[in-house]
Amino acid sequence: MEQTIVESERLAQARALVAALEAGNDTEATQIIRSFPENMEMDLFQEVGRLTRELHEAIIGFAMDDKVVQVIQHEMPDATERLTYVIEMTENAANTTLKAVEESMPVSEELAEISSKLAAEWDRFRDRKMELEDFRALSEEIGSFLTLASGHSKTLHDNLSEVLLAQGYQDITGQIIRRVITLIQDVEEKLVRLVAISGTARKNEVKKADVEMAGPAVPNVEQGEMLSNQDDVDDLLSSLGF
Amino acid sequence: MKILIVDDFSTMRRIIKNLLRDLGFTNTHEADDGLTALPMLQSGDFDFLVSDWNMPGMTGIDLLKAVRADPKLASLPVLMVTAETKREQIIMAAEAGVNGYVIKPFTAGTLEEKINKIFERVAG
Repeated sequence: MEQTIVESERLAQARALVAALEAGNDTEATQIIRSFPENMEMDLFQEVGRLTRELHEAIIGFAMDDKVVQVIQHEMPDATERLTYVIEMTENAANTTLKAVEESMPVSEELAEISSKLAAEWDRFRDRKMELEDFRALSEEIGSFLTLASGHSKTLHDNLSEVLLAQGYQDITGQIIRRVITLIQDVEEKLVRLVAISGTARKNEVKKADVEMAGPAVPNVEQGEMLSNQDDVDDLLSSLGF
Repeated sequence: MKILIVDDFSTMRRIIKNLLRDLGFTNTHEADDGLTALPMLQSGDFDFLVSDWNMPGMTGIDLLKAVRADPKLASLPVLMVTAETKREQIIMAAEAGVNGYVIKPFTAGTLEEKINKIFERVAG
């Protein structure tokens, strides 16, 4: 047990030394070296040497890795492009859909309006409360309504088909985003390896901001206490006197 | 009823605008963030404000605070329509004086319910 503590102390000192050397802080490095008990010196120098070598190799390996060069030169800018394209595609799809909906609503409203007017007239006819003259007019109205209805049905069908086709963005954007996720995982893996070797993982300094915007709730991502639906929001607000 | 819709995404403004039109509100205007919205509100006799939270320039929460701080606008009903669902943020909006809070994605029914509730309260 005691042995482990000693070891971890040595390791901490060694790391501090490497950090000081890397930062070019000679004064601090010398100070750390002077603080080593003499009988530990050899072990420590070996340890520092080993750490330095590992760190050096990791950095060289990281920089020389073809995949990393590829990532930095091509895939990162690519990913930015891809994500920008995702915004563009989703915006186009939303606009296409909204346009079709905006065009369809007055069409269906017109159909509803005329058919309910005709239905009232038709009831009057069925109740035999209609003069011949009125019936002739009604018959003509029905005739022109049928023409209108068939034209409007086609318009609605065309617009619905457009909405249907516009949903294709989901497939494409899904594929694009999946590629970006793969890239991010790859980079994350490499960074984690580098951090593990350099051993400079610091304790997370928890910074408490006012209230940071969390953005849309994303499943499986830690974002603080997120409410999952409108009912929860309503409950919270009513508990606050709303 | 003159309504200002504030959201940085034009598609979302369009969705809200269409839903409001369906509810019988046809006099709607649009702004893409708080900085654009505030002068419009100050000079435009609006009766109702629908705002997103997360926008570049000036966020919805800052717009809400600016509205409450302006004597001419202080009593303007404000409905927040946002993807921000963090508990602390909702409390923050409530403290800043929001009149309703709808989270995205929402339904036409939810929007109608919250709007009606706000107007009932303002009238009563």
